[in-house]
Amino acid sequence: MSDIDLLASTTSEASQEMQSRPQVLAKELGRETGAVLRGRNPEPEEIATALIGVEEAVAAEPDRSEEIESETMIINMGPQHPSTHGVLRLMMELDGETILRTKPVIGYLHTGMEKTGEELMYVQGATNVTRMDYLSPLNNELVFCLCTEALLGVEIPPRAVWIRMLMSELNRVSSHLMWMATNGMDLGSTSMMIYGFRERELVLGFFEKTTGLRMNHNYMRPGGVAADLPDGWEEDVDLICDNVLKRTAEYDELLTGQPILRERLEGVGVITAEEALSLSVTGPILRSTGVPWDLRKTMPYLAYDKVDFDVLVGTYGDNFDRYAIRLNEIRESIRIIRQILEKMPSGDYRVQDRKVTPPPRARIDESMEALIHHFKMFTEGFRVPEGEAYVAIESPRGELGCYMVSDGSAKPYRMHIRGPSFVNLQAVPVMLQGGLVADAVATTSSVDPVMGEVDR
Amino acid sequence: MENSSTVVTSDSAYETEGQLEQLDKVVQSTIHFVPGNVRPIILFPERENYLSVVMAMHEGGCEMLEDLTAVDYLHLSGRQLPSQVKPERFEVVVHLLSMSASRRFEIRVQIPEDDPTIDTLYDVYHGSEAMEREVFDMFGIVFNDHPDMTRILMPDDWEGYPLRKDYGVNRVPVQFREAPGPR
Repeated sequence: MSDIDLLASTTSEASQEMQSRPQVLAKELGRETGAVLRGRNPEPEEIATALIGVEEAVAAEPDRSEEIESETMIINMGPQHPSTHGVLRLMMELDGETILRTKPVIGYLHTGMEKTGEELMYVQGATNVTRMDYLSPLNNELVFCLCTEALLGVEIPPRAVWIRMLMSELNRVSSHLMWMATNGMDLGSTSMMIYGFRERELVLGFFEKTTGLRMNHNYMRPGGVAADLPDGWEEDVDLICDNVLKRTAEYDELLTGQPILRERLEGVGVITAEEALSLSVTGPILRSTGVPWDLRKTMPYLAYDKVDFDVLVGTYGDNFDRYAIRLNEIRESIRIIRQILEKMPSGDYRVQDRKVTPPPRARIDESMEALIHHFKMFTEGFRVPEGEAYVAIESPRGELGCYMVSDGSAKPYRMHIRGPSFVNLQAVPVMLQGGLVADAVATTSSVDPVMGEVDR
Repeated sequence: MENSSTVVTSDSAYETEGQLEQLDKVVQSTIHFVPGNVRPIILFPERENYLSVVMAMHEGGCEMLEDLTAVDYLHLSGRQLPSQVKPERFEVVVHLLSMSASRRFEIRVQIPEDDPTIDTLYDVYHGSEAMEREVFDMFGIVFNDHPDMTRILMPDDWEGYPLRKDYGVNRVPVQFREAPGPR
């Protein structure tokens, strides 16, 4: 029994794992070696090229293919590796230190959240989706609420729209700060790890003040938001903006110009625009290849067409481009937040449609009907007309979509979340192929996968 | 890494006037439904034509596959569909994105319960790989010619397809092969 057979027989992933070369279909092998576009119309000689990957010189001597097999080694990285951001498991075939092919094995955090979503009412649904991408929970709630509202056909008041935008952008800042921290850690910059978490705490402090919780807020509800912004929120947000902006300059000093960091990021984990588009990759990874695609700009939702901001793109599609894009997206988000501070309209923070909004607290004390209404709202929920809707927003990681089917009852018939991390993980084999195993950590980190969303 | 293929620059990606006409042609020749400006145009190809319609959409300027999922309509047979479309138990829902036109297209294919198979989109959009595996894992719909038709989220020896409507929510105990039995 070879090593790989032994592995397969002692774990329950079996055929999901990377197989030895003779057992793999040519197409699948092409995928694992990152031969995305060469595999589109596979010609025999192209498959042969893909088969050998970097060792094209060796391909000239067909007798040596078995020798390659015996010289390479399949290793596991994860699922308990500290730098794979959760329970991501990468299986890699190595020749010495060079990565020949990679296969992500996922599902270790699968909790059936889409199935759970079918059992929860629309009023409860946000508590479920907020736990998927736990680094940008508010964006998850946002896409769920937008989708529900598309089915309901309600239009939410302007203040609710702007509050949602404010929270979504603050969440982008906190998520990117978290990424700066973990990416710093992966590259050996322990101080960045501490700084990133410190600044993120500022934002989370404001979330706690507004929503009651640091994470998993359930703040956005179908029809608006759960509560108005707290008194003095302008000063708080202003403080966050000033502080984070000042710190990004410090990060520049600490990291951006530093030769060791640049050496580790530049030219590593390269992906081309064509490959990224073919693999449905979105977010900072797609933009790092030079494609100016940001749903906030190209297919605006909320009131993003009323604020001024730039879509940042890279040139080379390498790890450094992705680093630079995320760092500068923090600044762009702060630019948006400053405009929101100026333009925040007054008025209701949730729609005054009794069908989807519970009566105000004060009314419950004086009116029996209001009490009954409130009770029924939270025990039976509200009914949503039959239909289907797909809504997508730009989360910090890329396109976050929600496809919902309603059968006319108070629970969604089907609730599907298109997680950007799940799709973006497909780019990992392309980025890693031909690189060194030491760079695998840096490259995986630059994809910024959140396993809660990958596995759902 | 060596790659001789041309890079899509922003110029070439956004100059597709002629391609858009081709998109319209595909839409016109397939059973379709235009629900208004906000929601995407919905196409209803036959299962046999599905791959060719998607290929035509791809050539017509849909650069990206946004999403691929499925719905089990077991308890919702009376749903609204165009009159030419025969409702079946499963429906595969695909969202294609035309970046040049900033437009979204939805493709829905009916899949019968007794033969849950459909062609893979892998050869057109490589990004469909993981999404199709997820649909296979959750609904048991097999994608013909897919490079790696294995479960992706559930363990390999899991029985049943969790997102099917007849898969009991409370009925099946958690099965972990490695877990010790009752003593």
